[in-house]
Amino acid sequence: MLNTKEVDLVVVGGGPAGMAAAVAASEAGVEAIVLIERQARLGGILPQCIHNGFGLRFFKEELTGPEYAHRFMLELEKHPGIEVKTGTMVIKVTADRQVMTVSAAEGLVCYQARAVILAMGCRERPRGAINIPGTRPAGIYTAGSLQYLMNIEGFLPGRTAVILGSGDIGLIMARRLTLEGIQVKAVLELMPYSNGLNRNVVQCLEDFKIPLYLSHTVTAIHGQKRVEKVSVAPVGADLKPLVEKGFDLACDTLVLSVGLIPENELSLQAGVELDPATGGPVVDSFYHTTVEGIFACGNVAHVHDLVDDVSTESAIAGRAAAAYLRGEIRGTRWLPVKAGRNIRSVVPQRIVTGQATPLYIRARFPERDVLLQVGRGRSRRRIVSPGETIYYTVKPEEISETDGWIGVSLEGGEIDD
Amino acid sequence: MMAILEVDVLVIGAGVVGAAVVRELSRYELALLLVEKEVDVSFGTSKANSGIVHSGIHDRPGTLKARLSVRGCQLFPELAAELGFLYKQNGAVVVARSREELAGLEKLAENGRANGVKDLSLLSREELSRIEPNLSAELAGGLLAPSGGIVVPFDLVFALTENAVANGAKLMVGTEVRGIKVEKDGFLVRTNRQPIRTKVIVNAAGLYGGEVAAMIGDHSIQLYARKGEEYLFDRKLEGLVQRTIFPLPSKVSKGILVIPTVDGNIMIGPTAHRVENYDLSTSVSGWNEIYSEARNLVPSLQPADLITAFSGLRAVGTTGDFMIAPSMISPRFINAAGIESPGLTAAPAIAEYIVELIKESGLPMPRKRRFNPLRSVVRLRDINPQAQAELMQKDPAYGQIVCRCEMVSAGEIRDAIRRGATTVDGVKLRTRSGMGRCQGGFCTPKIIRLLSAELGLPPEQISKNGPGSEFLFGRLRGNQAEKAKEEKEYA
Repeated sequence: MLNTKEVDLVVVGGGPAGMAAAVAASEAGVEAIVLIERQARLGGILPQCIHNGFGLRFFKEELTGPEYAHRFMLELEKHPGIEVKTGTMVIKVTADRQVMTVSAAEGLVCYQARAVILAMGCRERPRGAINIPGTRPAGIYTAGSLQYLMNIEGFLPGRTAVILGSGDIGLIMARRLTLEGIQVKAVLELMPYSNGLNRNVVQCLEDFKIPLYLSHTVTAIHGQKRVEKVSVAPVGADLKPLVEKGFDLACDTLVLSVGLIPENELSLQAGVELDPATGGPVVDSFYHTTVEGIFACGNVAHVHDLVDDVSTESAIAGRAAAAYLRGEIRGTRWLPVKAGRNIRSVVPQRIVTGQATPLYIRARFPERDVLLQVGRGRSRRRIVSPGETIYYTVKPEEISETDGWIGVSLEGGEIDD
Repeated sequence: MMAILEVDVLVIGAGVVGAAVVRELSRYELALLLVEKEVDVSFGTSKANSGIVHSGIHDRPGTLKARLSVRGCQLFPELAAELGFLYKQNGAVVVARSREELAGLEKLAENGRANGVKDLSLLSREELSRIEPNLSAELAGGLLAPSGGIVVPFDLVFALTENAVANGAKLMVGTEVRGIKVEKDGFLVRTNRQPIRTKVIVNAAGLYGGEVAAMIGDHSIQLYARKGEEYLFDRKLEGLVQRTIFPLPSKVSKGILVIPTVDGNIMIGPTAHRVENYDLSTSVSGWNEIYSEARNLVPSLQPADLITAFSGLRAVGTTGDFMIAPSMISPRFINAAGIESPGLTAAPAIAEYIVELIKESGLPMPRKRRFNPLRSVVRLRDINPQAQAELMQKDPAYGQIVCRCEMVSAGEIRDAIRRGATTVDGVKLRTRSGMGRCQGGFCTPKIIRLLSAELGLPPEQISKNGPGSEFLFGRLRGNQAEKAKEEKEYA
C-alpha cells in the first residue's frame, strides 16, 4: 500500500516563494511542514541567476541570485519543523489537500496536509507556442535554459546569437552572452516597448551597445542541422510582420525570451480557479485560492518583476496558512477587483475588507502622467509600462463595501510613444 | 579491405515499411540486415507521420492501397498487443460540411464497403454532435468508421525494429547505401561503412527509393516529395474530440484533419504540397491553411494552446498506387516505393506481401522455431501507482523525474539509450521527454548529461539528431579544467 503521511502544511516548490512561505509559516507557529522541491537543490531559478540586482527591496542590499537563495536556505536551517524534500516531484494535488509525490529516494509518497501552499513558479513560453515558421535545428534555446547551460553547467552554447523578446531574462542573457565572447547581433521585440525593466535595458543592452529592434520579430528560422540564420522583419501596428521590409541575420543560436507562463497544472487538478489575466490562481489578500486551505504565491500566482516581491508576498501566504490552521481567516469578507482603463491585471483579485492590502498592478500599454485610481484611493504616476509592476497598497478607508467591488484604473494619461 | 558482411536479406531504410518487413522476416531462419542512413530508425518520413490507422474507406477498390490498408488496419490490434506500442482504436468520422456533401458521404461509405471495411454507419447532424459535442454546429452529418485507430508512428517503428533485433535481425544505423552491383546469386552493396553481400534486397528507402533502384539500373521508380505540415496542441485539450475527424476528401488528399493523439494531444494537419527540395520547414501559409480548415471542424481551437509544429515529406509515386513489386532487373530486388498514405496503416500487410514475394523469388525460408513476438517497455505514466511504487522500489532511477511535463524518469531515459537512442531526439521519440508543453526547456540539459554518461561521450558530442546538430560548442572560460577532467574519464 502507498505510504500516506499526515502533516500540517505542504509547500509545493522550493524556490524563493516556497522557501519564504515555509519560513513564515514556521515562524507563525506551524509545526509539521514539508517543503517539496523537484530539483536536487533548493532555490528554484535563483542559483542560475548569477547577476546582481536582487535583494534591494527585501534585504536593502544588493545580492546575486545564489546569495539571495542562500539567505533563505540559512533561515530554513533554523526551523527544524520544516522537512525539506529535494529531488521530489509533486505529481498530484487534490482539493482535499492530498499531495502525491515521487522521488528516487522514497518512491511514491502521499501527504495528507491540512493546508497546502502552491509555489511552483513559472516556465518559459517555447518556440512552438509562438509558432515561428521555418526549420527545427539545434541551437534554439529559451533564455532560461540557456542560462542553465551556461551558469550551472558551464557550457559554451553558441558563437553568434539573436535574441527574440526583451523580457528580463532575455536582456540579462544578452549581457551574459556578450561577456562570454558570444556575439549578440540583436535583441528583437515585437512590441513598440521593452517588456523588461528599464534598468535592464540600460545595464544589459545600452552599456554593451547591443542593438534593440523594437516592433520587430523573427519570421523564419533557417538551417537543417544547426541554426544558420533567422529572417527578421518589422511589424505593423497590427503586429503582423512586414515581410517585404525584412532582412536576414546570420547566427548559430536563437534565444527566446517571449514570456513566462505560471505552472498551474497542479492547481487545475485541485480545482483552483485561474485568472486568465495572470495565468495564476485567483487569490484573496491572504493568497488563499478559491479552494479552501490551498494558498498560492510567487510566480505561480503571477509573474513578478523582482524576487523581493515574491518573498514579501510569500511570507504573507505563509502567515495566512498558519492563521488558517488556527481556524482563523475562514469565511472572511472580500470584494472583487474590477480592472478598468489600461489595467491588464491586479493581484490579489479579491481584497479582504478592514485591512490594508498591497497590490501588484500591471498596465496594458505604456503611458505618461496618469492618475491611478484604486477604490476611493488616488495616486499620480509619471510613467507606467507593461514591463514594470505598479505598486499600490489599498487602505481599508479607500474601500466601500456598498460598491460591491473595487475599481482599479489608470486615468487621464498620455500614450507614451 | 573491410570484411564483407554476408546476409540473406538486406532491407534498405528503417522507416515503418522497412521495420515492418524486417520484423515479419525475423519469423524465418534468415540472416537479416536493416540499414538506415540516418543516425536512428524512424528519423525520416515515418517520424512526421500523422499516426492514423486508416479504416480503408478512402482508397479505390482493387488497388494495393485498398487491399493492404484494410488488412493492415485489421492487423493492428494484435500487433499492438504483442509489441506494446501506443495504439488506440478510437474510430474515425468523416464529416459533411454542407447538405451538398452528404451525397459524398454515402459514396464514400459505398467505397468503403467495396473495400471490405466493416461496421460503417452514416450519422445525422444530431447523432454527430452527440458523439462529438465539440464539432462545429454547422456540420451536416458524418460517416463513422469504428475500425479506424491512432498510433504513435515512431513508437511503432521502434517496436518493430526492437522486436526484429530481439529475434536475430541486425540493425545498422548511419549506414548509407552508395552503390549496388548485381551478381549471379545476389548483390554486392557498397556503403559508407562495410560492404554487404546479400541474396535479396528490399528497397524501402522512402524518398530515396528511386535512387536506390537506379543503382541496379532500374529507372522505373519515379518519386516526388509531398510535404505535410502538422500543428500540435497542449494536452490540456485532451478529449476535445475522441475520434479522428476527417473532412470529405478531395481528389488529392484526405484533407485537413483533427487528430487526437494516443498521448492526449490534439493535432491538426497535414497540408499536401509538392516540393522540390527536402527541407522540413513549416510556413505561415501552411499554418493559415490548416488552422482555417480545422476551425471549420472544431471551432474552439486556439493558437494560444499550440506547443509545436513539424513537417514531413511523403514519397509519392507516379501510379497513384503503392509500387510494390520485384524489379524488372532482378526478381530478388523488391521495390516498396511510393508508400504514401495509407502507408503506415498498410505497413504490417505490406510486410506480409513482401515476404510472399521473397518466397516466390525462390529463397529458402524455413520458419524459426523460437520466434518471440513480444516486446515491452516501461512507461511510468501508463501504469498504476501501485506498479509505479514497486518499480521505484526495485530501481530508484524510475523515481527520478527528468521530464516534468510528460513525467518521464531517468530510468526510462536510460532504457531508451540502451534500446538504441544516441541523440536527444532519439530519447525524445522513445520516451516523450521534451514533447510536452515546455518543449524540452527544462529537461534537454539533463538529457544531454544522461546521454553523455550512458554513451561515454563528452556532452559537446551529444546532438539533436545526428552530426552537425550538436548543442554545445565547448566550455566557458574557467571550465576548461573540468572539461579536461571529464575527457580523461571518457577516454
